[in-house]
Amino acid sequence: MSATAFDRLRAAAFSLLLLMAFAAPAFAGAFEDAVTKFANDDFSDTAEAIDAVAASGNPLAFPIISALNDERLFADPESKKVFIKQADDKIIDAATGAAVDKLPDGAAEVRLNNRLRRAVDTALGSLTLMSPDPAKRISAAQSVFKSHDEAALQAVDEALAKETDKTAKAAFTEARAAILLFKPDASEADKLDAIAVVKSKGDQEALALLTSLGSDQPPLIAKAIAGAISSIQGNLALWSMVQNAWYGLSLGSVLLLAAIGLAITFGVMGVINMAHGEMVMIGAYTTFVVQEVIRTRYPGLFDYSLFVAVPLAFIVAGAIGVAIERGIIRFLYGRPLETLLATWGLSLVIQQAVRTAFGPTNREVGNPSWMSGAFELGQITITYNRLWILVFTLAVFAILLAMLRYTALGLEMRAVTQNRRMAASMGIATSRVDALTFGLGSGIAGIAGVALSQIDNVSPNLGQSYIIDSFMVVVFGGVGNLWGTLVGAFTLGIANKFLEPVAGAVLGKIAILVLIILFIQKRPRGLFALKGRAVEA
Amino acid sequence: MPHVLTRSLDRASTLFILIVAGLGILIPLSNLLLPEGSFFQVPTYLVALWGKYACYAILALSIDLIWGYCGILSLGHGAFFALGGYAMGMYLMRQIGSRGVYGNPILPDFMVFLNYPSLPWYWHGFDMFWFAALMVVLVPGLLAFAFGWFAFRSRVTGVYLSIITQAMTYALLLGFFRNDFGFGGNNGLTDFKDILGFNVQAEGTRCALFFLSCAALIAAFLICRAVVTSKLGKVLVAIRDAESRTRFLGYRVESYKLFVFTLSACMAGVAGALYVPQVGIINPSEFAPGNSIEAVIWVAVGGRGTLTGAALGAVVVNYAKTFFTSGALAPYWLFMLGALFILVTLLLPKGIVGTFNAWWEPWKAGRDADAASAAREDGAEPKPNPAE
Repeated sequence: MSATAFDRLRAAAFSLLLLMAFAAPAFAGAFEDAVTKFANDDFSDTAEAIDAVAASGNPLAFPIISALNDERLFADPESKKVFIKQADDKIIDAATGAAVDKLPDGAAEVRLNNRLRRAVDTALGSLTLMSPDPAKRISAAQSVFKSHDEAALQAVDEALAKETDKTAKAAFTEARAAILLFKPDASEADKLDAIAVVKSKGDQEALALLTSLGSDQPPLIAKAIAGAISSIQGNLALWSMVQNAWYGLSLGSVLLLAAIGLAITFGVMGVINMAHGEMVMIGAYTTFVVQEVIRTRYPGLFDYSLFVAVPLAFIVAGAIGVAIERGIIRFLYGRPLETLLATWGLSLVIQQAVRTAFGPTNREVGNPSWMSGAFELGQITITYNRLWILVFTLAVFAILLAMLRYTALGLEMRAVTQNRRMAASMGIATSRVDALTFGLGSGIAGIAGVALSQIDNVSPNLGQSYIIDSFMVVVFGGVGNLWGTLVGAFTLGIANKFLEPVAGAVLGKIAILVLIILFIQKRPRGLFALKGRAVEA
Repeated sequence: MPHVLTRSLDRASTLFILIVAGLGILIPLSNLLLPEGSFFQVPTYLVALWGKYACYAILALSIDLIWGYCGILSLGHGAFFALGGYAMGMYLMRQIGSRGVYGNPILPDFMVFLNYPSLPWYWHGFDMFWFAALMVVLVPGLLAFAFGWFAFRSRVTGVYLSIITQAMTYALLLGFFRNDFGFGGNNGLTDFKDILGFNVQAEGTRCALFFLSCAALIAAFLICRAVVTSKLGKVLVAIRDAESRTRFLGYRVESYKLFVFTLSACMAGVAGALYVPQVGIINPSEFAPGNSIEAVIWVAVGGRGTLTGAALGAVVVNYAKTFFTSGALAPYWLFMLGALFILVTLLLPKGIVGTFNAWWEPWKAGRDADAASAAREDGAEPKPNPAE
């Protein structure tokens, strides 16, 4: 968005320059004469002035007319000069645009009556259609499309003839089609063309326009309208599927991020870490602290804060993870239910500690500029932060997978997962591997916290809201297999988002939970279970 | 039956029952008979508070029955507790009648407020106490039966079971928070007026409820004792210690588990039903997974696998909670609770009663040898098995 906005700004500035260079001198005399007429304090003179200024094409025309509309246009009857009081209370000369210190003493508001107000409205409408800024022209054309006011037809035709910008031209064509559709005396051929144009626009507005046409149409046109409506509806249904799929991917990436660390600790070590959500929360608070430091010391580097936060969160959460493993969990191996309780207690302690240190309220974590905003793809809007999180998640997943596959630590981890006693016999220090694995899982949870801080409230309860979902992902995907976690996360994310429009957000979530509970009956070890011969895995 | 009782009552159990019965009779008497302000008079708020503890103790017993004796760690037992509570709450709501804010004789206030045209079908019958009382046991029991039927038959065990029980209570939490579920949304059910014609707020009613809670605690204790000292109880312990081996020996593990899980859920439902009129409100936060886990820690503190321990743990932890959360130490309560979870699992895996028994038993072993052998002969005859 920022890029397109910049382009538009540049285009606007450029066209303004062009107008200054060529148009302004040509119309200078007529425009200034017209402006002077505002000072005559005569309604018919003012009417002439409005028409002349609106037709002048001068860049000051729009400010003048809108100032008139908002009662910010002042005239000095003595010097015959006209002034605009801008929104920021600065005064400029209406004829030249030059800044003026203050209004002359005799200056008074230019008065309007009802007839003039109508003239001002029309002038404003056509002025925005003629506006030098394509963005303004497009939005004007869109408002004409919605109002399909017959009176605007001529202005739209004129604007269309002059238009060079491709998007604006399309907008004008659509606006013209909308007007023609509602014009009782338009020819049948024109109307059919118009329907085709509206059909190709294909969005919610086009649908609303066509459905508002009513049924008392000639048969041929009625048929074309019905065809267009069904085509648009099909199109919209398709896009809403795409949108749901995107939301699902986005939710899936969040779930994957939250669950991936759990998959490691649960999968490799068989340890249920209920404090996993708190590692996520610690990652989010690390981001907060990093941003605070950067904001106060090096405000210029704010956009890079996440690049500092990611490794730091990994280190902080990972170190805490190693400490937890060494301090608590290693005494509880082989007693998974006790581990569950102890780590739950730990999660209470960590939450309360963070609450004591940072306060119970939400902390503000900012989006760097490259993560804020959105762009449009067809009929759907994609926000940059969600997109980056998806990319980031996949990157973390790929790195983790590569790490498990190609590094010595990864090899040892896999060995310990598959057969702990055999691995120990081969000389692998299993307790060291355990500590590092737990640290790795916690560190990744910390990284997840950095990402989640960008889309969620950073509060001491942040982790809790993810813990049940991440357990569902791991259990659904199957323990001991990262691919299972990937598939599980995206399946649950997408299923959730497709159920939401049908069943509502809460019922959708309940349905998912029930489905998982039923699924576990079918496959108690998840989608991608490790195969083995043991009776009790 | 008598030999079931004699077999199931060892000295500690008898002591436990006597203490509970004594409290259940003495506290109401002191509250009602002694003049207010007297040193021995128990204030009404304390009666309600201890009534709450008694309900928690029943919940703890129900958890200990499945966790301590069968190895099923349910992290969703709060759901059964809350369902029982809601069934009772629905009865109490219907008893309000036209005394509500909107004065509607049929619809509870929240339904008038939410524009319900008529009573939802599942609210019918709750104006009768016997029906509500039946539902208090049936609803949790049926849910547990259905849940256990699926879970145990497909051999979902250990932490997997814990996690899906947690998902179950979480799903119920989300559902009961919704207004269109018909249970009052996040406000839950409250503003109760009377129960069986007696004012809920009155001292006499509170004392009666406290007495009933103690009676229910004793009944639950006796049921649990009867189960765990029977042959069924031995099979349960076998399942806890070596599930596959028990199955290979020819026992239908899932039937045993299903029976004890359903029984435990019914007990939790009764606990919830007694809890609601004493605290005066039931809302969806009772379904929060955290509550269920907290109930598990009561059992762990008191002593997993000892029924007296479970009840003791519930009272001790909740007394500590009341003590700490009402004073200047309130911000530190969660530290304490968290530390309790960690320290108990690390340092006191048998809990208070279990650890005490470990010291006590060798000392008394010699003295009780004769009595124990007598008891064994007494309970040796085979009994029909309820689970099969």
